[in-house]
Amino acid sequence: MAVEKMALAKAINESLRHALEADPKVLIMGEDVGKLGGVFRVTDGLQKDFGDDRVIDTPLAESGIVGTAIGLALRGYRPVVEIQFDGFVFPAYDQIVTQLAKMHARSLGKVKLPVVVRIPYGGGIGAVEHHSESPEALFAHVAGLKVVSPSNSSDAYWMMQQAVQSDDPVIFFEPKRRYWDKAEVDTEAIPGPLHGARVVREGTDLTLAAYGPMVKLCQEVADAAAEEGRSLEVLDLRSISPVDFDAIQSSVEKTRRLVVVHEAPVFFGSGAEIAARITERCFYHLEAPVLRVGGYHAPYPPARLEEEYLPDLDRVLDAVDRSLAY
Amino acid sequence: MTVESTAARKPRRSAGSKAGTTGTKRTTRTTKKAQGTDPELVQLLTPEGERVENAEYDGYVADITADELRGLYRDMVLTRRFDAEATSLQRQGELGLWASLLGQEAAQIGSGRATREDDYVFPTYREHGVAWCRGVDPTNLLGMFRGVNNGGWDPNGNNFHLYTIVIGSQALHATGYAMGVAKDGADSAVIAYFGDGASSQGDVSEAFNFAAVYNAPVVFFCQNNQWAISESNEKQTRVPLYQRAQGFGFPGVRVDGNDVLASLAVTRWALERARRGEGPALIEAYTYRMGAHTTSDDPSRYRHDDERAAWEAKDPILRLRRHLEAANHADEGFFGELEAESEALGKRVREVVRAMPDPDRFAIFENVYADGHALVDEERAQFAAYQASFADAEGV
Repeated sequence: MAVEKMALAKAINESLRHALEADPKVLIMGEDVGKLGGVFRVTDGLQKDFGDDRVIDTPLAESGIVGTAIGLALRGYRPVVEIQFDGFVFPAYDQIVTQLAKMHARSLGKVKLPVVVRIPYGGGIGAVEHHSESPEALFAHVAGLKVVSPSNSSDAYWMMQQAVQSDDPVIFFEPKRRYWDKAEVDTEAIPGPLHGARVVREGTDLTLAAYGPMVKLCQEVADAAAEEGRSLEVLDLRSISPVDFDAIQSSVEKTRRLVVVHEAPVFFGSGAEIAARITERCFYHLEAPVLRVGGYHAPYPPARLEEEYLPDLDRVLDAVDRSLAY
Repeated sequence: MTVESTAARKPRRSAGSKAGTTGTKRTTRTTKKAQGTDPELVQLLTPEGERVENAEYDGYVADITADELRGLYRDMVLTRRFDAEATSLQRQGELGLWASLLGQEAAQIGSGRATREDDYVFPTYREHGVAWCRGVDPTNLLGMFRGVNNGGWDPNGNNFHLYTIVIGSQALHATGYAMGVAKDGADSAVIAYFGDGASSQGDVSEAFNFAAVYNAPVVFFCQNNQWAISESNEKQTRVPLYQRAQGFGFPGVRVDGNDVLASLAVTRWALERARRGEGPALIEAYTYRMGAHTTSDDPSRYRHDDERAAWEAKDPILRLRRHLEAANHADEGFFGELEAESEALGKRVREVVRAMPDPDRFAIFENVYADGHALVDEERAQFAAYQASFADAEGV
């Protein structure tokens, strides 16, 4: 059956299963990805069906996971590694930034590093410290890496297919609070480009740009705004490196207003880069400065405070009001 | 002087406590071990060039002919000549930096010649001798030191990976590559080079552990050249480095890194057992960095000349020359021809480096991604337009 309704986590699972079937060089590596199927069950059943030689439980050492994945990639494998939680990626940050991102260029194009680093990210699940962070800007800043984040099951399935097939390292940010959201996945569809944005709701008065977990929120914001007679366009960026600036530009030339929403701290976040570039591209179209809604310049708060920290309907609507007031 | 066959794996307890003792005068300790009096050290050639028996490792070099001994000598002499030329080229402003291997020729040539063509090597940035053994054109090593590229050779051309500057990272790449070798069912092996300083890096310990857990066919070859820039061994470790292996569950051996024959034998042993599926091994090649860390370094600020003098007496090239001469394996004709060959190599390196062109400015944007990236394309176009604006102004 080509079309099936499935949760986002299941869609990634199905995508990884397909990748393992399609290419014997694809490997899954990470902590607890085997028997347990990962703490979010994203790799559930894969070791059982593909063996522990291809779905590999690793020692608890993130730098080791990424560093050995680089070696495996040099040998011709296509490792898909799981970092268990966003806040655990930093032991591997050196290997990702210093080695994984640069090796293709250092070799003058002689070697390729088709490694996917999966990172469940973001808050909203009431987790303990280091389990709710959004470090995507720290990776988007690094040349040599591609950074993407799906917002729904269909994209999760197809973007993972494309990430595995990419000859570049891809940091794949999975919106963990949307893991259980269900949507239809057509496994025989022809997907759009991995790094292309998509208009998920058309509008005329203002553009909301988001990715990953914030796309659903922005759709809810657009619904609420519609009740007040305002027509918001919602853009799912899908890719954070590269960003589909052409798509944002097209939308902003129409709506003349842009609000960027992400969970990550606003300061030096992806919204800052988008605001700067769109201001440059659309200076004479803009009716208001590009506004950003995101986290604060503070450590991710304890779970009881995360609702205050994370963008929500009212905070995004507040930004929409401020933009429209210009 | 014969090294006990089991000594390599069963070190004296006192060795550990000795290394761990603080306040010991550095020169005293180094001199003592460097004289080869320490039974931990696998040695087949004494500093005087005398061949000593070693029941455990003799078999690994039993096939070495006089011709091959001369070959090892030639490798070391040419490597040293190349290295000296690179140092001179840095002084002349042709290279921005050079990391000399002076003094480590035996460790590198011995281990490098132990590798098979289908083995894979992961070097640091000082493995010029190993690169030589792998057939990498030495002038290719100089691009990154001249600043025309960040690694100028195809790693798969000679199964010799790019130089890795961030300390210890390559130990994990080697381990991962070896895991791949095992998955492929191949009977080749992988060797990871690093130094005493790198032994402090988490990545090296993680590599040891991954290699042990997955029984990966990788040999960890640590050149303990006594100095990590200005920091001596005491700042890196409380136990002799080869003993680290035991805690990870694989054998570790300390070899006289100034003895090319012993380095060859021990590395053959380690590679062969890896190829047989017996897993990783750690070799600590006990040697000495005769020169500065790099051409930017000034060792006089942190170590004494008498220490260097003590090591000069154990020079790896001199030791093999003494052996060749004593055994009548080489005559003046051989040494004379080699001298001429060395000079020719130096001349070629000099000429190639001086003629090495700066890269095209658009190389900045090349190979950032394998599959392309919209931002790189955009910035390349902006850069081109910016450059073109000067041409317009000049009426070109």
